[in-house]
Amino acid sequence: MTDTPETKPFEPVIIGFTCNWCSYRAADMAGTARMKYAPNVRLIRLMCSGRLDPTFVFKAFAGGADAVLISGCHPGDCHYATQNYKAMRRFYLMKRVLAQLGIESGRLKLLWASAAEGAIFAKEINSFVEQVRALGPLHWNTNSPEILDKTVKEEVIA
Amino acid sequence: MTERIGVYVCHCGTNIAGVVDVAAVSKWAGEALAGRGVVIARDYKFMCSSLGQELIQKDIKEQKLTRVVVAACSPHLHERTFRNACKGAGLNPYLCELVSIREQDSWVHTDKVAATAKAKAIISGGVERVIHHEALEPLRVPIHPATMVVGGGIAGIQAALEIADAGFPVYLVEREPSIGGHMAQFDKTFPTLDCSACILTPKMVDVGNHPNITLMTYSEVQKVDGYVGNFAVTVKKKARYIKEADCTGCGICWEKCPWKFVDEVFEAGMAKRKAVYTPFPQAVPKYPVIDDQTCVYFSKGTCKACQKFCPTNAIDFEQKDELLTVQVGNIVLATGFDLFDVNRIPQYGYKRLANVYTNLEFERLCNAAGPTGGNIVLRDGKTVPKAVGIVHCVGSRDQNYNPYCSSVCCMQSLKFAHLVHERTGADVYNFYIDIRTPSKGYEEFYQRLLEEGTHFVRGKVAEITDTARTPEEEGKLVIQVEDTLIGKQRRIPVDMVVLSAGLQARHDAKDVAKMFGIACSAENWYTERHPKLDPVATMTEGIYIAGCAQGPKDIPASVAQGAAAAARILGKIQQKEIALEPVRASINEEQCSGCRICNSLCPFSAILFHEDKMVSEVNPALCQGCGTCVAACPAGAISGTGFSNEQILSQIEGLLLLNIPVKEAVA
Repeated sequence: MTDTPETKPFEPVIIGFTCNWCSYRAADMAGTARMKYAPNVRLIRLMCSGRLDPTFVFKAFAGGADAVLISGCHPGDCHYATQNYKAMRRFYLMKRVLAQLGIESGRLKLLWASAAEGAIFAKEINSFVEQVRALGPLHWNTNSPEILDKTVKEEVIA
Repeated sequence: MTERIGVYVCHCGTNIAGVVDVAAVSKWAGEALAGRGVVIARDYKFMCSSLGQELIQKDIKEQKLTRVVVAACSPHLHERTFRNACKGAGLNPYLCELVSIREQDSWVHTDKVAATAKAKAIISGGVERVIHHEALEPLRVPIHPATMVVGGGIAGIQAALEIADAGFPVYLVEREPSIGGHMAQFDKTFPTLDCSACILTPKMVDVGNHPNITLMTYSEVQKVDGYVGNFAVTVKKKARYIKEADCTGCGICWEKCPWKFVDEVFEAGMAKRKAVYTPFPQAVPKYPVIDDQTCVYFSKGTCKACQKFCPTNAIDFEQKDELLTVQVGNIVLATGFDLFDVNRIPQYGYKRLANVYTNLEFERLCNAAGPTGGNIVLRDGKTVPKAVGIVHCVGSRDQNYNPYCSSVCCMQSLKFAHLVHERTGADVYNFYIDIRTPSKGYEEFYQRLLEEGTHFVRGKVAEITDTARTPEEEGKLVIQVEDTLIGKQRRIPVDMVVLSAGLQARHDAKDVAKMFGIACSAENWYTERHPKLDPVATMTEGIYIAGCAQGPKDIPASVAQGAAAAARILGKIQQKEIALEPVRASINEEQCSGCRICNSLCPFSAILFHEDKMVSEVNPALCQGCGTCVAACPAGAISGTGFSNEQILSQIEGLLLLNIPVKEAVA
């Protein structure tokens, strides 16, 4: 870290997975309605939260993400009937695995958002970013060259 | 890098450029991502304009691009636009990726530096993803020309007639012995006060006589197999105990049947019917049914009065339920609504206080073919009420029951008020929260009621009681309400109360939705593909919804939806085949261990297990592309086109800038 926390707050990088039908549309809705939220989340669209392979989450953490957001349709509203329940099962499984890897459970969040819930989507992202900010950077291995690279690169694109 | 990638950053006027430094983003993409195959990066005012599209097309040809990344608005808006642009220039449309830097970036962030950085990361993710895109072709499946309409209310009738009139076969399935639905039970329709039966029964007769319509009444769908264009639907045709070929509908059987039972369905408990019956005189089809739950022959083994008197020998007590399987290309679900159960609000006294009626009971009371011949009288069958209270929003707009507005109750309650005025001259009190009259001619009807002298009391009724506090209240029903316009508690004595119970999804809507593979809202209304722009299609190709099954609505809206669903289906039938998005899962037989984990995960039963080879296989026409099986396969044998592991994992790398060496990023 080149800047001290006093001069510049820690800006977490968060990877978010959304389903195509509800939560991605919630993000669209937040955009259309010009609701403001923190710019720390970078979204990946899947067709369904059920597509979420736990590998994706681990890959994101391994690649330097400070947190991961998983979002899908509300239980009962899944475009594919019940697949979001499968995402939910994996979410709880992943939390346990992450805990064993020493990653705080607060770095993984599951968010149900319908296509009409842009406001909820924006609000939840803000609270998640604050939560991760409070946890600080993911000290996966601070001395690894990848993490040092990440810091440099994040600053360069800014 | 073998791919030649073009990156196109849209200004969207100032929508994006006002927050994101698009020129800097484009320049960065051209330089930092050059090592990832980006050969050209441009920014342009409006990429979706024909000039913007031509820019891309020109580059595809001149720069020999093999991949295109457009950074603009949401793919839900313009993905098709840019895919078509690529197709026009000879590039497979699925080699184009649209990433959103508007809805997900410029519109939701104010910090320009952070928004610009995010745009760069998003494009980096898109570039990494697009490298792994494959050239795809849409799946083409033929469409069976027949359609099944489930539900014979006005929405289903309209849909069936539209399709049949266009010359295509329709199977109309109805659970009750006759089509007609709720509309057949009504007396008048708002706001024109047309007689409901007068406008409905000609359509019912048309359905009954239509050469293209196969009517399956007293029948229920049991099972749905197949997929858009090729559904195989199993329908249980319940035993009528009547030989339809021989029955003339003469009515001697129900005249002679000695047993009477309360008709809870059509007459809403207000009148009796025989064990052999048609629900109402204009029923379509004309054949009666023998209800084996009430018929004494089925419980005691004797009677058979109907059989003795039937002039055509059409009664057959040996008939059994039949299972019929029909092939159809598309399905319309028009399964209607249930009425809110007013017993859930005990303080309104329904059943406990004789002269508290539901709206459906009151419809029957007003109906000339109903139990009183259309005379509005109390339960004693003769007393004409001098004062009537009509309670709006019963069970609707109430966090304790249904939070939504049932949409029809205001107009229905106004109609009731008018009918009471017209037929009894009684004082009418309407208790409302808000009056909602938002359609053509509705507000005018409300004005008419105001002029007729209906008393409108703004307030939610607290209680209906027969406990009198004053001599005037003796023998009356007293409505306790806070009149919020004068800010006072009032007790209004009346002789009759009508509860305008709200509309609810059918009690079995969730099971039906599951059977047809469509989604329901939290209140169990069927979910449309898009609430504004695609209101009758569902997320499941080939399944359409119409009428109150989708949400509370009145007759004009139900008819419009029935016709709209028919129009959508006719368009599909005319095309003879349908192109499906090629986002599908497929299983590599070599890698499949036959564990069958995927089999039970698929909600569409799209995965077949070959017992002989001990491997699973995905039926691409059934697969909807959710990808759950892809994520679950422990052997990694399933791949999902359009959303493969390589694509997603690379996108993660791109978003986290793992794809760029530090020195290039700095440069």
